[in-house]
Amino acid sequence: MVIKVLYFASLREAIGMPMEIVPLPSGVTTVGALLALLAERHPELLTTKNLRCAVNQTMATKETGIADGDEVAFFPPVTGG
Amino acid sequence: MIEIRVQEADFDMSAEMLALSRDDFAAGALASFVGLVRSEGEVLAMTLEHYPGMTEKALAEIAEEAKRRWPIRRVCIVHRIGRLLPGERIVFVGVTAGHRHDAFAACEFLMDYLKTRAPFWKKEYTRAGERWVEARLSDDEAASRWRLDG
Repeated sequence: MVIKVLYFASLREAIGMPMEIVPLPSGVTTVGALLALLAERHPELLTTKNLRCAVNQTMATKETGIADGDEVAFFPPVTGG
Repeated sequence: MIEIRVQEADFDMSAEMLALSRDDFAAGALASFVGLVRSEGEVLAMTLEHYPGMTEKALAEIAEEAKRRWPIRRVCIVHRIGRLLPGERIVFVGVTAGHRHDAFAACEFLMDYLKTRAPFWKKEYTRAGERWVEARLSDDEAASRWRLDG
């Protein structure tokens, strides 16, 4: 099972990549579990203030479920307009 | 009718407003907002990053939500991305309605929601270097005014 993970803005710069394909161990079925897994390699995910997340381009929370082929994005609070 | 555009190119405010009101005689009001790159001397330029795909979806959802809340007729949102200079236009929001109160309210709602829900990020360039613009708590408060669940 693999998912596509995207990073934006200051988080993209801190992590040093805009996107990665991540194989999911069984048992990682929520955004929160994915975040814990990714944070082992990217501690910036835990130090970003008010980290936001989207699953398949819709705003999500740590409880949101993830499945094979999903697109999960992490980013700081938005500042458009 | 909802029109959403995300583009590097500038837009023509007058053309956008004319298109919103064209051939719709039941619209008695057109309210619009234009956001500009602000600089009190320090900011030399700005870049706007976004999340292609989600941006268009989020803006369309915000426009649909406005249509559910007010009897409005047409909505147009144009948001620029890429490099912008002080004084340049960033965003256009235009709304038509039968009457002005609905047009004004929907226009303000669209901007408040866009500010907190559409995936855009600003980076400012100054003589001292570059910095990501931090989200403002006041923007969250402005958006929360429109919550329906109190």
